[in-house]
Amino acid sequence: MIAAAIAIGVLAGLVAGLLGVGGGILFVPALVVFLDLSQVDAEATSLLAIIPVAVVGVVRQLDYGNVRLKDGAIIGFLSAGGAFLGVALSNHVPERALRYGFAALTLLVAAQIVRQALREPTPRG
Amino acid sequence: MPRGRILKLAAIGTVAGLLSGLFGVGGGIVIVPLLVLWLGFGEREAAGTSLAAIVVIAGFAAALQAAYGNVHVGKGILMGVPAVGGVLVGTWLQQRLQGRTISLLMAGLLVAVAVDLVLR
Repeated sequence: MIAAAIAIGVLAGLVAGLLGVGGGILFVPALVVFLDLSQVDAEATSLLAIIPVAVVGVVRQLDYGNVRLKDGAIIGFLSAGGAFLGVALSNHVPERALRYGFAALTLLVAAQIVRQALREPTPRG
Repeated sequence: MPRGRILKLAAIGTVAGLLSGLFGVGGGIVIVPLLVLWLGFGEREAAGTSLAAIVVIAGFAAALQAAYGNVHVGKGILMGVPAVGGVLVGTWLQQRLQGRTISLLMAGLLVAVAVDLVLR
């Protein structure tokens, strides 16, 4: 199970590198399925795992000149209110509701990835 | 910076923070498209800027969840450290593989994950 968790970790990072996201969409289900966490604990732990991935991603993107640091910082620091509300909610809604909500989010991400893939006439990653 | 622009950035931050706190993701899924649609960012710029925001957002949300005692540090490291290796490989692969194939595989995996979570 630990080997599976490490494999999913590598896969999540791979996806993060390819798509420019943090990897949480794979961390959360992997923590539930392979490391036996409850949905809310998996979500909380996923946030910790996202940090090193995003840091490495930013450093790489800075080299390419793709980061508007000031805008990113404003978005980040003004997220505090939303994050506070989201964390409080996640600790008060039933486990099953949280899991269904996460499943819906997963489908939404899948749809967005497909739409993006089909839009590119000459795929280049 | 004009007030309208700050309001838009604040709105993006609030939605991303909410999503992050509620579902344990970074929020890139809303930040990237909104930067493109509302602020006219290019896709690459949006992805890069989104990652910078995610570092701060995930940091906030992780600290708040830790206050509830929900963060399993060891398991987070077990996921996060291999993922850093994955990012480096993913970046390298990005230059060499067909994006569409990877994207469709990823979408298939996510649908399977959603089904598993609902049936669980």
